[in-house]
Amino acid sequence: MEGELVLLDFWPSMFGMRTRIALAEKQIKYEYREEDLRNKSALLLQMNPVHKKIPVLIHNGKPVCESLIQVQYIDEVWNDRAPLLPSNPYQRATARFWADFVDKKIYDLGAKIWRSKGEEQEAAKKEFIECLKLLEGELGDKPYFGGKDFGYVDVALVPFYSWFYAYEKCGKFSIEAECPKLIAWAKRCMQKESVAKSLPDPEKIYDFVLQLKKAFGIE
Amino acid sequence: MATGEVKVLGSWSSPYVMRARIALHIKSVNYKFIEEKLSEGKSELLLKSNPVYKKIPVLIHGDKPVNESLIIIQYIDDTWPSAPSILPSDPYERAVARFWAAYLDEKWFPSVTSVGIADEEEAKKAGISQMEEGLALMEEAFGKCSKGKGFFGGDEIGFLDIAFGSFLGWLRVTEKINGIGLIDEAKTPALVSWAERFCSHAAVKDVMPDFDKLTEFGKMLFPKIRALAGTR
Repeated sequence: MEGELVLLDFWPSMFGMRTRIALAEKQIKYEYREEDLRNKSALLLQMNPVHKKIPVLIHNGKPVCESLIQVQYIDEVWNDRAPLLPSNPYQRATARFWADFVDKKIYDLGAKIWRSKGEEQEAAKKEFIECLKLLEGELGDKPYFGGKDFGYVDVALVPFYSWFYAYEKCGKFSIEAECPKLIAWAKRCMQKESVAKSLPDPEKIYDFVLQLKKAFGIE
Repeated sequence: MATGEVKVLGSWSSPYVMRARIALHIKSVNYKFIEEKLSEGKSELLLKSNPVYKKIPVLIHGDKPVNESLIIIQYIDDTWPSAPSILPSDPYERAVARFWAAYLDEKWFPSVTSVGIADEEEAKKAGISQMEEGLALMEEAFGKCSKGKGFFGGDEIGFLDIAFGSFLGWLRVTEKINGIGLIDEAKTPALVSWAERFCSHAAVKDVMPDFDKLTEFGKMLFPKIRALAGTR
């Protein structure tokens, strides 16, 4: 079933982290290859000619692109262990909806927080917190978005936790003060080996962001 | 599990709403179509059923709402699993179908609307060029996905047929308004015959909007969106 698996990735990418977590949850062996995004490999360009982006999961020579598509693929192929999507159709639709919400909102708002300042940054911070509060509402009193078990929405969202420290430093605010339940959820996820070994140290992410700001000439 | 009556909140002109209806037709599921009069503001039912985005389509099964058209299609396939299947059965083929559907929604259709609302030649040309690039990709994808059969899904229309085919109305309107051919025999021969097959399919033909009506609607709508974009 396993065959040959290669993951083309970039260590700070939240999207790559999702695929790493899914592979770890299923205890699947794979080869991790770090891409230099300023100098993309021939393999990356060949395997994702449309978007030229990481992560790319290559299974027996065939590429799967887009992190949530990869997570679903992994869940469907290795369907004998650690299920990520619920089996009930309505719960599946709900899980897909919230993972898609994370995709539509969280990345762009987070990027605005570290890239901008003044009014634009304040607006981004406000909307970011609103989105996190919506997610808190969806989580409710459950230990995970998946219920009693870690699942698809947890995988989709938890990588952003490694970026929260950078957002907080750049935006001069505390996410925990606004969304304590969500931070409690994130810390719970970090107790899982699959998550802990897939997320980089938030300090390293912050250093990376500072380097990016310098490179882009952002104050 | 959700049971009970099925309703679809939508409008006749929306490709996303079409997707939900085609999927229900494929499964022979009876439903009530509730037309949102978009010019009259959003109904209470819409706001209650889709509080996050306040957008159509919404599928309501019993009292449970499902939002986002591609998620709705998958919900329909999961809930009424009897043949015909909408998603491919092979996980890799599913990943490919999902990839192209996401590409169409995130990259390709925005270029279609950009042509509609462009008020300068440069912007229009750029949009048309992007549309053409995308169609070339879809022509190639059709070859790989269909494996010699009539649809992206093979013998029967599937997930990607629905995702892409629902945009044909607006594609044709863009061709008409701008006097260009985008899906044509010279550039995209496979897509020409696929489009004919798709539009005449039993699950599709009753919900494909009338071409003249959609053209008139587009001519009315684009200047409005342009004006709104200008005021931001």
